[in-house]
Amino acid sequence: MRLTLKIWRQDGPDATGGFETYTVDDISEDMSFLEMLDELNENLQARGIEPVAFDSDCREGICGTCGLMISGLAHGPEVTTTCQLHMRSFSDGEEITIEPWRAHAFPVIRDLVVDRSAFDRIIQAGGFISVDTGAAPDAAATPVPKVQADRSFDTATCIGCGACVAACPNASAMLFLGAKVTHLGELPQGQAERNSRVVDMVAQHDHEGFGGCTNIGECAASCPKEIPLDVISQLNKDLRVAARARR
Amino acid sequence: MTELIDGLYREGEPIADSKAPDGPIETRWERHQFENALVNPANRRKLSVIIVGTGLAGASAGATLGEAGYHVKTFCYQDSPRRAHSIAAQGGINAAKNYKGDGDSVYRLFYDTVKGGDYRSRESNVYRLAEVSPNIIDQCVAQGVPFAREYGGLLDNRSFGGVQVQRTFYARGQTGQQLLIGAYQALERQIAKGTVEMFSRHEMLELVVIDGKARGIIARDMVTGEIETHLADAVVLASGGYGNVFFLSTNAMGCNVTAAWRAHRKGAYMANPCYTQIHPTCIPQHGDKQSKLTLMSESLRNDGRIWVPKNAEDCDKDPRDIPEEDRDYYLERIYPSFGNLVPRDIASRQAKNMCDEGRGVGPAIVEVGPDGEEREVRRGVYLDFASAIERMGRESVESKYGNLFDMYERITGENPYEVPMRIYPAVHYVMGGLWVDYDLESSIPGLYVTGEANFSDHGANRLGASALMQGLADGYFVLPNTIRDYLAKGPFEPVAEDAPEVEEARRSVTDRIEHFLTCDGERTVDSIHKELGSIMWEYCGMERTAEGLQKAIGLIRELKTEFWTNVKVLGSNDQLNQSLEKAGRVADFLELGELMCIDALHREESCGGHFRAESQTEEGEALRNDEDFSYVAAWEYATKGEDAAELEPVLHKEDLVYEFIEMKQRSYK
Repeated sequence: MRLTLKIWRQDGPDATGGFETYTVDDISEDMSFLEMLDELNENLQARGIEPVAFDSDCREGICGTCGLMISGLAHGPEVTTTCQLHMRSFSDGEEITIEPWRAHAFPVIRDLVVDRSAFDRIIQAGGFISVDTGAAPDAAATPVPKVQADRSFDTATCIGCGACVAACPNASAMLFLGAKVTHLGELPQGQAERNSRVVDMVAQHDHEGFGGCTNIGECAASCPKEIPLDVISQLNKDLRVAARARR
Repeated sequence: MTELIDGLYREGEPIADSKAPDGPIETRWERHQFENALVNPANRRKLSVIIVGTGLAGASAGATLGEAGYHVKTFCYQDSPRRAHSIAAQGGINAAKNYKGDGDSVYRLFYDTVKGGDYRSRESNVYRLAEVSPNIIDQCVAQGVPFAREYGGLLDNRSFGGVQVQRTFYARGQTGQQLLIGAYQALERQIAKGTVEMFSRHEMLELVVIDGKARGIIARDMVTGEIETHLADAVVLASGGYGNVFFLSTNAMGCNVTAAWRAHRKGAYMANPCYTQIHPTCIPQHGDKQSKLTLMSESLRNDGRIWVPKNAEDCDKDPRDIPEEDRDYYLERIYPSFGNLVPRDIASRQAKNMCDEGRGVGPAIVEVGPDGEEREVRRGVYLDFASAIERMGRESVESKYGNLFDMYERITGENPYEVPMRIYPAVHYVMGGLWVDYDLESSIPGLYVTGEANFSDHGANRLGASALMQGLADGYFVLPNTIRDYLAKGPFEPVAEDAPEVEEARRSVTDRIEHFLTCDGERTVDSIHKELGSIMWEYCGMERTAEGLQKAIGLIRELKTEFWTNVKVLGSNDQLNQSLEKAGRVADFLELGELMCIDALHREESCGGHFRAESQTEEGEALRNDEDFSYVAAWEYATKGEDAAELEPVLHKEDLVYEFIEMKQRSYK
């Protein structure tokens, strides 16, 4: 198939960006979206044009490195990561717009690459269970009921890609936060720090410049790992409990 | 030193001491930890350690050393340590917990790992790995890793290839992700505390060696292009494997050998580089524009049955129309006692054999055969869940493998609940890596190597669910207890930023970058990488011959010249430049590929993942030659003459002695 691509190009963090239009030919529907961009980059280089910078690593949908706004949708039209999107989701002759994640807290580094280190700093604020190496009791000492274990797992599958932020009109990271708070909060091991965790993580979230949640739900709709929206309810509940405990 | 052998390499002194302790194997590690010197807590903060790579092996070591109070600097090329490729491991992690009461023990895990590795690993190391394995599970559960549980709330286990007990802990098909998130969170906790300094989007491009000791690294900030010097008392490489030398592999796009190779060029021996694991269950290649291959977890072989049509003329039929009696469940036929759960090397080679016989399935792909002629071959075999769905019900199959089935459907557009999956082997893991002694210290004092980047525990073939085990064993429990013996001798003499060794290392980095940016040739980096990959896959892949390897060495040397004279890298150094990053990696892959072929050529036996067509049993199984080859081949970097156009490495042998396990021809029949 033949496609027209409108791609955001921006030389560096402080440079002014803009859209460039390119065409690609001979794209097979079995190719992944990123392989289509690889092909574009090979062609651009042959013409002496610098390739489009974009992030990707595992290309198996698990590392969370890739992430593009594809015709206005975070990760494109399917519920998956950009790397797992295949060209069979597009049709011959289509025009596709490709942009980086747009959020104040995710500044553009170059072209389609953004800086998501704010997520790491949110985890640093409290997204862990404090246990030094060697200090652990036997793994079978604390049974975890399967329902809680499954709920914890379902939210632990977050890959930290940032699609939730990119899709949210407020650029809020509450789904990311809620997923971590639920993952650790559902487990007996996570109880000791439950209150401080949620308070500290929310404070860091706001400090980084992410917006507030107004229950729009774009985040859950665009999450490639289908983290459910109710983790945000869990987050609010935990925050309420923590606030009461502090009084 | 000896004469040039086969015109390719020389033999040097054997390795005298691997520091492996002696005595009863059960007490070696405990005794060794006691004998290793301690560093008192007040002195730890005066000692600094650099860790390159933040996957399981690097993040766990970083967190643990940080907790202990050392000053740690960690580096990764990704934008966050949470993205390292350990995250993609699907199936599980082994541990000798014996929660199933099915006869498992530390000794059995040790035995299985040595046998699975085809008797090419060091006994003391493997025993230690098995010994610390239960602690890993304890640690991870305490961190909040959500392993699969049974209804009673206790941990569940599954089976994996090459063993007959259920010792694999798992978190659906995302075990690596969950373990890495655990280690990442422990690391972030230390970053918040200030014991660990993290450098993301940084790539190590050179090792600094002063007075024979590793004292730092030269790294490039991939966003600004700045070349930075980082100095420390010790350096740890946890930089992963080099499977991307084959271009197509299940590794992440960024996985590379550069950190390890720069250390190799500075004197660290590279051990058994030809031992490559080709994983049997990957999604077959779809075309020549493909950027990577995708693994389907080995756990699928627990319930899926592998087959090809008995008759070549059935190969293009709808598999559902092929009656039972016309199907060849070849693994169950050839290996009745292990069936579909034979080790990876065997499962892979048999899939290749079936396709070579003309009984492969899926689209026919044009390839160049060993004779140099083009031919069309179907490269795929079926992995069929019809009987599992019938036995367990679709729902149970979905709960066990749902995410893998979804991934398969997304990539291929076929529904595996209805039509059997098609799979084919792909490069997945390398057992080879930098040589280390029992302390995980390389041949350069003060340079330690952990995880996939070292060669240490898997011999010539790694068992499933053992990579995660090794990465975390090294990082949480082994390295922190061995490196202290070295650090106890420090803090070492401070190094000046303008020391001649530092200046030289920086110059080597900037010269290379300058060359790539001004070469102005015709070929893109990727096109050369692809060409290298197809040479490696054809001649140094699942089956190797002396003739093919010799040919490959010649081809790689030509390609190396082509690369250095005709590569084209656009843009500049002072900004994010992904082609420039790749150019440096491919330069090192080219040299590594040459060494891999030399190693494969010199090892005139078959063992584990290394199959030499000249050395096989009458039934076509790998035939070891213990008399001549029961050693680790540790290669020292050397070139023919001054310029590095051709390698002429020096071989140092470390003899493998088996005191506890009897060496046998492996049999899974």
